Amino acid sequence: MKIMIAFVTGLIFGLGLILSGMTNPAKIIGFLDIFGNWDPALALVMIGALIVSATSFQLIKKNKKTYFGQQINLPANNKIDRKLIIGSLIFGAGWGLAGYCPGPSLVSVMHGGYKPLVFVLSMLAGMGIFEIFNKIGSKKNT
Amino acid sequence: MNMDWINSTMWMPLAGGLIIGLAATILLYFNGRIAGVSGILGGLLKPTKSDIGWRVAFISGLMISSSVYMIASPLPVATIDADVTTLIIAGVMVGFGTRYGSGCTSGHGVCGLSRGSLRSFVATISFVGAGVLTVYFVKHFIG
Repeated sequence: MKIMIAFVTGLIFGLGLILSGMTNPAKIIGFLDIFGNWDPALALVMIGALIVSATSFQLIKKNKKTYFGQQINLPANNKIDRKLIIGSLIFGAGWGLAGYCPGPSLVSVMHGGYKPLVFVLSMLAGMGIFEIFNKIGSKKNT
Repeated sequence: MNMDWINSTMWMPLAGGLIIGLAATILLYFNGRIAGVSGILGGLLKPTKSDIGWRVAFISGLMISSSVYMIASPLPVATIDADVTTLIIAGVMVGFGTRYGSGCTSGHGVCGLSRGSLRSFVATISFVGAGVLTVYFVKHFIG
């Protein structure tokens, strides 16, 4: 059941990304180009998503349990550290270069030609580098 | 003409956003999980038996959504100006950065802000800021 829900959620999420225009890298770059020919429309994607999820998250948080009565996995880390900021800066720079963030790139793999595929494979490589980096880092700490 | 502008530039992003918010709500309410794409995908590189299934299912749903969309309507135009080298560099940066910073546009930007996380707020400011500076730099000094 949970696997089915995850699949349907991914599907709905992807349809939302396509409808919103997030799968068009040129539009993303237009949104980030605030000093040039700024296209603010994509701010509405964030606003739309937040209207729904900010409301529902508050209600779900009060419940503390899922529909199936299980624990909700909210990130427990509240620390604003160097990792968070440096990681986000690197991600943002990559986002600005290509116009893809993880979700839209995955949505575009099937019908977008070779370019989204190149991006996704490189993204997986980047995530792999992180895992190696993380392993070395945790060895140093112990 | 004017109505057309309103339709294409405002309602579609807003409607898409509402749908994304709905998806994030369903995943949290039923599965107790945050809909962060980079985290869900990245978790597959270090899988634990119990959670590999839902991660694969979510990513599959995401990938198949374009085919489902095409049943109703042709996919919107996507223009990718970046060349292959740029895509590789950008891809590695996005992959590494989202894992190192524990989230991307969906995890920090949508879900994190929704639950009022200061950490996600700082992350969102950082990646949008870096994106803006990168586009500025590329447009004015390179391209």
